Amino acid sequence: MSDVTSLSFVRRDLLAERPAPVKTTGFIGLMRTRLFNSPTNILLTVVGALLLWFTIVPSVKFLMVDAVWTGQDRTACLPENAGFVVGACWPYIQAKLPQLIYGFYPEAERWRVNVTFLLSAVLLVPLLVPRLPAKGINASLFFVAFPVVAFFLLYGGGIKGFGLSWTAGLLQLFDESIIGAGQALLNLSKTSAIGPLLWSLGSLIMLVGTAISWLIFPLTWLSDHIQGTAQPVWIDFAVTAAIVSLVAFVLGGGVRAGGRALVTSVAVFIGIAVVIQLMGLDRGGLPVVSTNLWGGLLVTLVVSVTGIVTSLPIGIALALGRRSTIPLIRIFSITFIEFWRGVPLITVLFFATYMLPLFLPGNFSVDGLVRALIGIALFTGAYQAENVRGGLAAIPRGQSEAAAALGLSWWKTTSLIVLPQALRHVIPNLVNSFISLFKDTSLVSIVALFDLLGSLRASFSDPKWSTPSTAFTGFAFAGIIYFVFCFGMSRYSLFVEHRLNAHRRN
Amino acid sequence: MSTEARKPPPQIALKIRRILGGRAGWNGVAVQFAFAAILGWIGYEIISNARANLENQHIAAGFGFLRNNAGFDVNQTLISYSGSDTFLRVFVVGLLNTLVVSAVGIVFATVIGFIVALCRLSPNWLLSRVSEIYVEVIRNLPLLFQILFWYLAVLAALPNPRQSISLLGIAFISNRGLVIPSAIGERGLEPFLAMLAFGVVASLALHFHARRALFRQGRVIRIWPYVLGLLFGLPLATVLMFGLPLTFELPQLRGFNFAGGSRIIPEFVALTLALSTYTAAFIAEIVRAGILSVHKGQMEAGSSLGLSRGATLRLIVVPQAMRVIVPPLTNQYLNLTKNSSLAVAIGYPDLVSVFAGTSLSQTGQAIEIIAMTMGMYLLISLFTSAVMSVYGWRVNRGLGA
Repeated sequence: MSDVTSLSFVRRDLLAERPAPVKTTGFIGLMRTRLFNSPTNILLTVVGALLLWFTIVPSVKFLMVDAVWTGQDRTACLPENAGFVVGACWPYIQAKLPQLIYGFYPEAERWRVNVTFLLSAVLLVPLLVPRLPAKGINASLFFVAFPVVAFFLLYGGGIKGFGLSWTAGLLQLFDESIIGAGQALLNLSKTSAIGPLLWSLGSLIMLVGTAISWLIFPLTWLSDHIQGTAQPVWIDFAVTAAIVSLVAFVLGGGVRAGGRALVTSVAVFIGIAVVIQLMGLDRGGLPVVSTNLWGGLLVTLVVSVTGIVTSLPIGIALALGRRSTIPLIRIFSITFIEFWRGVPLITVLFFATYMLPLFLPGNFSVDGLVRALIGIALFTGAYQAENVRGGLAAIPRGQSEAAAALGLSWWKTTSLIVLPQALRHVIPNLVNSFISLFKDTSLVSIVALFDLLGSLRASFSDPKWSTPSTAFTGFAFAGIIYFVFCFGMSRYSLFVEHRLNAHRRN
Repeated sequence: MSTEARKPPPQIALKIRRILGGRAGWNGVAVQFAFAAILGWIGYEIISNARANLENQHIAAGFGFLRNNAGFDVNQTLISYSGSDTFLRVFVVGLLNTLVVSAVGIVFATVIGFIVALCRLSPNWLLSRVSEIYVEVIRNLPLLFQILFWYLAVLAALPNPRQSISLLGIAFISNRGLVIPSAIGERGLEPFLAMLAFGVVASLALHFHARRALFRQGRVIRIWPYVLGLLFGLPLATVLMFGLPLTFELPQLRGFNFAGGSRIIPEFVALTLALSTYTAAFIAEIVRAGILSVHKGQMEAGSSLGLSRGATLRLIVVPQAMRVIVPPLTNQYLNLTKNSSLAVAIGYPDLVSVFAGTSLSQTGQAIEIIAMTMGMYLLISLFTSAVMSVYGWRVNRGLGA
């Protein structure tokens, strides 16, 4: 027994404290582990510090320390008068700020631009915060209603008719073109070697054209009568509202289930009526501000928002077309996408500015801004199509097979099952495309539109403000604006990506 | 009595329907007819409108204008060109200028991009932060903004040639562009180049031979002394025999400008700077993603096999990373080539600037000129994607084997 007790050991005194482990957190830890842990790393740290020293310090000095903050014209920013090496010339930005934001938009009408900016912010912010409800209404307001309202706000002008007259006018135009083509074929058949074939084809087209003109006759008759009345817009509006609501009611399920569709339709038309009344569209609307007066940030935002809104439907249509099994549609989509993706945007803008007017009827002139918008929409649409296609490919086949097993049609399968999932997958890619679209809008300055960069460049040539630091100041200001927008969008895309990948995190 | 499986019915009608109308069957055929009719109608409208508009503007359609005299000068030409040359020659001059700025830009962009990517991956915290800032700032500013910044702000702020900044006394940079020594070929140039070419071909052949021997028979052949001799020894020997291949003419300041040397126009400098720094930021991200895509275990497995760190990187990590890097990298090269068309904003005489810009405004042949310009870019990108699909096919074959 005593052996055991003598062998057992019980410590009676405390051990001396061990030294604390080397700190690897906090600033000291960071310095120890990631900055100065080896000779190479010390050298690299010195290189990095030198790089920062030679970029950050001069920039801060230029933007803040050496800057001139007040003044009336260039004399304030000349080194002789200031008494030191002048950095940024901020009075120049103050003087040119209206031009950089609104371009030559008339001063009395600038409130319209401000209202548009405000409206877009009010609609966009709730759309971007995932926690807020009513995303569907919000999205349709932003993507459908807002562009129309913004058009009448920024451009001005009113409407002379409504849905009925527009439909009638469009159909008439289409019919005239068909009859014209038939006539041309008939004329050609008199001289051509394959005369009879052309003659029969021409006659067939003429027949179709005449049939269409008989078909649309009630519509054109009605619209002509409405145009003759005292209040054409409101009568046309009422007729259109009644017809569309009735159609929605019937298609929505009639008496049994159509109430919801009817209520939606009526609500939409009441909204439209409020907008027409508020903006006085039936009485000629706001004074017209032609687009060659627009400029600065306004044009940049108009081009990018229009590009975003129009390119997405084009992209979805092209992506679906590219995945379709119908040969002609697939071939067309592939050719279309690869064509626009293969050429630089600037040639697309040249195409839209110089070539597009030649393709339209001679009496039909298109505004310079609209031409650029068409080019950008087609170009971005092709890129969006590839993004959307990536999302469509990521949806397992079982989803559409299950929908088919439930008896859903192709349209319902696509719009209710496949597309919502696919689009959710590719939100980050879509936002990335929007960022490059936003950056690419600067190219419109090459085709004589004064966007932010174009206005900036124009302001350099003002002799009133020509100083050695004017160019640098202007670029610093525009660069900050571009950076804030693009960086904000890219951070948002990262945030959405993070949220969507919540199930993959651990 | 044998029960053979019945042959499936031929279902010819079904097959025809599938070919003509896809999975939608006869509905698909109907949709195609409607679609073709709409396309035909649009095409008819475009052609008839274009014809009428051209008639109104008294412009003769066709490519005959290409043989007319251009009558304007171009301030950077790689082939001899004067104002009395044809528009076709203008097209070639512009195309060559585009290609040269793209090639130079690609080289610089790749070098800067790889350096920035390595800095971003470096264990040094400060350096990786600095390169992150570089990538974020450059990627979030429009390219046109950067081109104009370099051209209108930085290059315009440089001193005039008399006070130009000297780079080691060899090259001089001023607001009139960059002046570098020009190389003049001497008598020894031809044998030197011939020997150099021979050396390169012979070294490649040796490399293939050594690889074959290693893979087929497991023999390791040491080839580097021979390669060194072929690549440096032979050309050196020709230099000793025939004299120097090149002499450099240094630029000298005379009066208000430089004499001698060759001048690179400021537009080229600004465009190359902007294109290469912009694309480098994208390349840096691609390279970083490629290197991070190789699993950490690969490195560990390599060292557990007893390979050195360098050998593991060279033989295991880089080949796998390259497979991820190369396709988007090519895409960036293509983007750079397409972006070089922004030259038109600062007046560098590239394809868009001299052909779709000046020639278009002189002749008014919008359709032909823009079609040719777009077609050229399309050709370049189709060619690149063809090369890339061959590459992808080879990589996949390598994976399968």
